[in-house]
Amino acid sequence: MGFYVAQFLTGLASAASLFLVASGLSIIFGVTRIVNFAHGSFFMLGAYLAYTIVQVLPHGILGFWGSVVAAALIVGVIGAAIEVLLLRRIYHAPELFQLVATFGVVLVIQDVTLWIWGAEDLVGPRAPGLDGAVRILGEPIPEYDLALIVIGPAVLAGIWLLFNRTRWGTLVRAATQDREMVGALGVNQSWLFTSVFFVGSALAGLGGAIQIPREAVSLLMDLNVIADAFVVTVIGGMGSVAGAFLAAVLIGELNAFGILVFPQITIVLAFLVMAVVLIVRPWGLLGRPEAPQRGAAGPLEAPLRAATGPAMAFAATVLALLAVLPWIADEFTLVLVGDILVFALFAASLHFIMGTGGMVSFGHAAYFGLGAYGAALVVKHLGAGMELGLLMAPVAAGIGALVFGWFCVRLSGVYLAMLTLAAAQIVWSIAFQWQDVTGGDDGLLGIWPAAWAGSKTVYYYLVLVLSAGGIYTLRRIVHAPFGYTLRAGRDSSLRVDAIGIDLRGHQWMAFTIAGVFAGLAGGLYVFSKGSIFPDTLAIPHSVDALIMVLLGGVQTLAGPVVGAVSFTLLEDWITRFDYWRIIFGAIILAICILAPEGIAGFALRLLPGRLTGRVEESAR
Amino acid sequence: MTVLAVRDLSKSFGGVQAVEALNFDLAAGELLALIGPNGAGKTTCFNMLNGQLRPDEGSVRFLGKELVGQSPRRIWRLGVGRTFQITATFASMTVRENVQMALISHHRRVRAFWARAARLYVDEADALLARVGMADQAERACGILAYGDLKRLELAVALAHGPKLLLMDEPTAGMAPQERIELMALTADIVRERGISVLFTEHDMDVVFAHSNRVMVLNRGHLLAEGTPAQVRNDPIVQEVYLGGGSTFKAEDLSHA
Ligand SMILES: Nc1ncnc2c1ncn2[C@@H]1O[C@H](COP(=O)(O)OP(=O)(O)O)[C@@H](O)[C@H]1O
Ligand SMILES: [Mg+2]
Repeated sequence: MGFYVAQFLTGLASAASLFLVASGLSIIFGVTRIVNFAHGSFFMLGAYLAYTIVQVLPHGILGFWGSVVAAALIVGVIGAAIEVLLLRRIYHAPELFQLVATFGVVLVIQDVTLWIWGAEDLVGPRAPGLDGAVRILGEPIPEYDLALIVIGPAVLAGIWLLFNRTRWGTLVRAATQDREMVGALGVNQSWLFTSVFFVGSALAGLGGAIQIPREAVSLLMDLNVIADAFVVTVIGGMGSVAGAFLAAVLIGELNAFGILVFPQITIVLAFLVMAVVLIVRPWGLLGRPEAPQRGAAGPLEAPLRAATGPAMAFAATVLALLAVLPWIADEFTLVLVGDILVFALFAASLHFIMGTGGMVSFGHAAYFGLGAYGAALVVKHLGAGMELGLLMAPVAAGIGALVFGWFCVRLSGVYLAMLTLAAAQIVWSIAFQWQDVTGGDDGLLGIWPAAWAGSKTVYYYLVLVLSAGGIYTLRRIVHAPFGYTLRAGRDSSLRVDAIGIDLRGHQWMAFTIAGVFAGLAGGLYVFSKGSIFPDTLAIPHSVDALIMVLLGGVQTLAGPVVGAVSFTLLEDWITRFDYWRIIFGAIILAICILAPEGIAGFALRLLPGRLTGRVEESAR
Repeated sequence: MTVLAVRDLSKSFGGVQAVEALNFDLAAGELLALIGPNGAGKTTCFNMLNGQLRPDEGSVRFLGKELVGQSPRRIWRLGVGRTFQITATFASMTVRENVQMALISHHRRVRAFWARAARLYVDEADALLARVGMADQAERACGILAYGDLKRLELAVALAHGPKLLLMDEPTAGMAPQERIELMALTADIVRERGISVLFTEHDMDVVFAHSNRVMVLNRGHLLAEGTPAQVRNDPIVQEVYLGGGSTFKAEDLSHA
């Protein structure tokens, strides 16, 4: 009995920090409709700042709590500054751009943090006066846990007072329900948004700061917490603080007890709960249903055109060049171009659901990784050859996409993006933690091509044929009735339903197809590298694919290919620098703000319509 | 012949009885107008007919088949088309492709993976576009059309699967008066030549009286009166409750503009 009570209290204690982060995320989303990826970075900054300030301030109870509060306030100011400098410019951009832009902020903060605090994990002090344990029913309970159990509800009460007893709170609630109304009230909207960012970021910073006695401060905190925060916010209902509290307690307890049943893979449990909640109440436990969006957000997309003569001639030239490359290039170039081809296929598969289908996936690396691991596992554990491995890759990824897709297509917009992200986190944590099968962090090594494909040149041709073939197939599907139906569903789900089309089933199929092609790319990748590690499945790799699509232009079919080329070359060059993330983050931000139609889209706009086959009429 | 037979159709939302025990028949080739003040229950009635809402009670028989409990998709396949109060079209496709999409679905080819969609059913699509007077705009992007043209495109899309019944919720909402008359005249011509039955709601009384064979007046979920346009216009109860002072419709027109 005592053991279960102790476990219950541990769950409540870990819920506190989760609640703080999630409530901040939720408040920011409620008012600005921005899903802030960088929210996890605010959490991380809170922890680092508290770690440093606590050493400066005099030791003691006041010093400790003083530094916690100071860290939260500083993070609040940083959040407000980021809102003013960056996010303000993208409020009207499509969700995808907002998500990716905030990921650019994640990268920048990562490197700034690395630069200031170094790469070593830092262990914070214990909280003075709370460093012992009390016995409850015979079990030792850390005093600090009890403090956290009090802090959670106390902050909830504080937010409630702020929301219900102040004019600012009234405005925030009004804005959460109806954004236009605030404008109509004559309220200075930008001031409201900035202040909301301050409060939301400060809550994240507070959540990070109070963690320092419990966990080591590290550079992994940002992405680790953001997945959990997404899960909690989605379960609780975007924009609902009470919902975030409820969900945080739910997830906290689930983790505390789940660890007894399924140690290590508690995130699977969290995902299952999230999936069930979303199916029963798609807008979360205490959230409100969103009004359905009419049409695609952002600039109007031009109709598809069959490739024109010049475009086909260009494609043929590129293919011919790729075909003779082994004669004119060295091995290093051959490998690099092989990588580009693989990533082009990966990006094209993402573009298929995202550009054509309007379903933004933030976890597409899951299917790339499932393909890679699927191939590697049959080779490692069943002694299969490369041929069977390459066959397993799309099959494994397809099955994964079939399972996760079933849940994902029930949602749209940011909810869909978060669910795909959570799904990818599950696959990642399985690959990371199932040591016996996947090798865990050490990965799987020695996955080489069959003897006949052993030379770099032969394998290059294999990659060329399968990647180019895959991209061509995807392109054909986009131009075929299947792809048209997918586009139609993106443009108007109402109309698609009214002409007898099962949109959800169609999207499910599209999701699976995208997974299959991503899996093929993963399979090709693993045999070219000879090894596979869990980071192939991690969030940054999913974001890589998003950036490729963005770089190339979401609305352009050639976009993913152009994007993969520029991304891979850029990455190859930038990663030679120590602080490449900050450069990369800056580039992402620049694209989101300056060239939202991407490189290919930008070039198409400059070329005359005769060459591109585009209609020369501007949108209304 | 009766195309649509509605019996005891009822729906309430919480305490609000939106539609109560509605009974009516629609004959082949008939244009039936459903009118009534805002909140009378017209849209609710439409949504029950096309499967979007499940009625609390009652039955809807279309050519003898029960529609209650069927999905909107299934009802469309049975031969019921619809247009929306606010146009719903595929903005990133050309005008022709919008019609082709409906034809592709009608011919059950949405899961074709290799054929070029733009080359499918071109003649059929162009014939439909010609009928609504949009042939010269077939290649234009739908996203740049004027509102009146979008409405005509929607009509072509709704006709694509050769429906026996068209449900049109406020087909002329948001249009200028002259355009309204033209669109309804076009619709009336087409449905007469093809023998399609139409149930439509409308706020513009000129349109209603000019183009309907029969009018039903709904008020707070109840059928207030029913008859030919002339009968309804002269019905004293309708005049008192509804046309009284002639201001109700005008006021609504404004709120829907
Ligand atoms: N989804 C709904 N939930 C609650 N009440 C509704 C809903 N839809 C309609 N109503 C109510 O039902 C009544 C009829 O509405 P409606 O059918 O839209 O009328 P009309 O189309 O004639 O203007 C109104 O009182 C309206 O408020
Ligand atoms: Mg209505």
